[in-house]
Amino acid sequence: MSDAILVSIIMTLVASSTPILLAALGELVVEKSGVLNLGVEGMMLCGAVAGFAVAFSTGSIALGLVASVLAGIATAMVFAVLTLSLTANQVATGLALTIFGIGTSSLIGAGFVGKTIERLGPVFPAALSEHPWLRALFGHDIVVYLSLALVLGVSWFLSRTRPGLILRAVGENDASAHAIGYPVIAIRYAAVAFGGALAGLGGAYFSLALTPMWADRLTAGRGWIALALVVFSAWKPGRLLLGAYLFGAVMTFELQAKAAGISWIAPEVLAMAPYLATIAVLTMMSLGRKTGRLDAPACLGKPFSAP
Amino acid sequence: MTASPRDRADAPPRLALSQISKSFPGVKANEDISLSVRAGEIHAVLGENGAGKSTLVKIIYGVQQADGGSIAWNGETVSIPSPKAARRLGIGMVFQHFSLFDAMTVIENIALGLDEAVDRDELKARVAKVLESYSLPLDPEREVHTLSVGERQRIEIVRCLLQKPKLLIMDEPTSVLTPQEVDRLFETLRQIAAQGCSILYISHKLHEIKALCDTATILRGGRVVGTCDPKVETTRRMAELMIGSELRSIEGAHGGTAGMARLAVSDLSMPGEPPFGTHLKEISFEARAGEILGIAGVAGNGQAELLTALSGERLAASPQMIMLDGKPVATTGAGERRAAGLACVPEERNGHAAVPDFSLAENAILTARYRLPLAPQGFIRLGAVKRFAQAVIGRFDVRTTGPAAPARALSGGNLQKFIMGREIGQEPGVLVVSQPTWGVDAGAAAAIRQALVDLAAKGSAVVVISQDLDELLELADRLCVINEGRLTPPRAVADLKIEEIGLMMGGIHGQPEGAAAHA
Repeated sequence: MSDAILVSIIMTLVASSTPILLAALGELVVEKSGVLNLGVEGMMLCGAVAGFAVAFSTGSIALGLVASVLAGIATAMVFAVLTLSLTANQVATGLALTIFGIGTSSLIGAGFVGKTIERLGPVFPAALSEHPWLRALFGHDIVVYLSLALVLGVSWFLSRTRPGLILRAVGENDASAHAIGYPVIAIRYAAVAFGGALAGLGGAYFSLALTPMWADRLTAGRGWIALALVVFSAWKPGRLLLGAYLFGAVMTFELQAKAAGISWIAPEVLAMAPYLATIAVLTMMSLGRKTGRLDAPACLGKPFSAP
Repeated sequence: MTASPRDRADAPPRLALSQISKSFPGVKANEDISLSVRAGEIHAVLGENGAGKSTLVKIIYGVQQADGGSIAWNGETVSIPSPKAARRLGIGMVFQHFSLFDAMTVIENIALGLDEAVDRDELKARVAKVLESYSLPLDPEREVHTLSVGERQRIEIVRCLLQKPKLLIMDEPTSVLTPQEVDRLFETLRQIAAQGCSILYISHKLHEIKALCDTATILRGGRVVGTCDPKVETTRRMAELMIGSELRSIEGAHGGTAGMARLAVSDLSMPGEPPFGTHLKEISFEARAGEILGIAGVAGNGQAELLTALSGERLAASPQMIMLDGKPVATTGAGERRAAGLACVPEERNGHAAVPDFSLAENAILTARYRLPLAPQGFIRLGAVKRFAQAVIGRFDVRTTGPAAPARALSGGNLQKFIMGREIGQEPGVLVVSQPTWGVDAGAAAAIRQALVDLAAKGSAVVVISQDLDELLELADRLCVINEGRLTPPRAVADLKIEEIGLMMGGIHGQPEGAAAHA
């Protein structure tokens, strides 16, 4: 295998991992605050369509990225108002949010189906990426570097800063956090908004970088993988990075196998690979633990209303 | 403006409440409450469950707002809109249910309790200093879920002390502690008070207040019914003020007309549950019709294991080890034993004796369906269940909104009353109870004890496992002691001297030292 092919595999792997990594990182913060938002897929789709629509209309990818973040936050706020202010059931609301996101993105995207834009390009000058191996380091777009910086940032925020400590406390024991005097609901609003922002950005990565055209249900269930990844990572950002790239590798394998014309595995089975890997990994995680606790935040998914 | 006659005119009291009132829908929790606390004073607020103690301290700590009245702090009228404002004034509070985060370390928990961000290393140094100056043993890097209850309480106390409080509120601090841990806590509190910090001590335990406090304000039904010096006032008088009527002595205890053996345990041995369970070793005793058998002992000597062996949660090796009315039951499960007339009440109320998220009526079905026709052929008779739950609530004066209230909404003492009532109401042939009156106020405790005596008088055998020796001496006809999984032969209480019980407890004297060092 030549260097060029290997580097191109790495490029594909990183690119296909990035949207999952972003969405999962946002959801990790949300869950650390004790909220279970199953609407990641819906928020990704809203971000994807908003990003594409703005980029197509204005011709600016940067504006598209900003729009996707705002759209993700807006969608997340629908969830936040319902579950945090009105204490609706988080699981049911999250599922509804996904359906809402699919519908909304189809509606807005109807006029854009099949339209293309110029994709998000590498952030560094081409001169830096002439050599294949340098390309693997410097040939990525800005969102890739941003996602890696965010992993570091979130990890540092959660373990080393006081606001991070408070956020974890809210997810661990909301009643105690309230008793000490922390604004539980406000903190959860902030976490859900952050999760929405990253899910929106992750969605836009599909429509602006991976496949720079609009198609219905562009994210193809990656939001669900992001949710599974959070459990896989045991709510640790470092392991989340590992997991996201692992799934990226499985998806790259699927593409490469198709491209290489491997015929002894049915293409349907190949397409199943990321999802089969999800189930396999989650099962292994539960088998590996004796306690069954899996390090989930203790108040995950429980509604809180100040007494 | 002030209520205590001991105030000096020249120095304003540290805290003075005047005519504090607070109502909730349907109930006046506080009405015209006035009291004052001097610097360095340990002031008790005494009252039964539901007397309004918790509401009062929540108002002082800014968790709730009073409807009327005023609060003066060092002579100046203040408003306390939030706990943060209370802490800024110098008021610290240790809650009955600790506001701790199990999956986090001690030091992280302490950091969360501080209002300002403190550098980690500096915080560590400050915590170490507080731990040292009050000689409190506590490892700052341990995760909270690995700690004992006494250690958890210490975190809360350290958290308060770091802010150099002028007033420390302790809400029922001993309800979850072992006797050794209580002694330890009192030493710490005296030391804190000696340094000038006032302590507001909320409790319904008279002997603790006598041992610790300088002044006591007694609440009943949301009103102040008396202020006294607990070191001078008799326990009986304070108890009567607290419950509002004369304290009844238990009638018919030590009846002693014991009949045939209803529960016979012979040579029961069982390995303890890993990792720290106590092994039961050759336990033998008989509980006879019409008697109350007491089992005394320091916590952790096999009481919990004995109870689960008797209830049928853990099965013995051979059926004959436990005989119920002459039938071997040691290898049959809990449901069958209940149907045959053996009822057990474990020590933990929520999670073991009751399902926290179930209503009281649903919790009543769980055990009472074996002996009462609440769910014949598997169909629940809602009317009968509701009537049974209502009857228990009425007979044992359970303070709740009704049979539909979830178990977790009840205070510990109230839930205990309900659980005891549920079991006694089934009139079991044999009733085994662990800590029947733990955390229950004096009036209700007397009612529970009376019900146990009445049950025995009807011909049931009652086994009471308790750490409260006074309770056992008051109730039991015969007494044994459990120690490291072994049970002493029973002795009649009537001709038992206190020193002899000490001897029966045997090796226990060595243990509190070790327990205190760890606790």
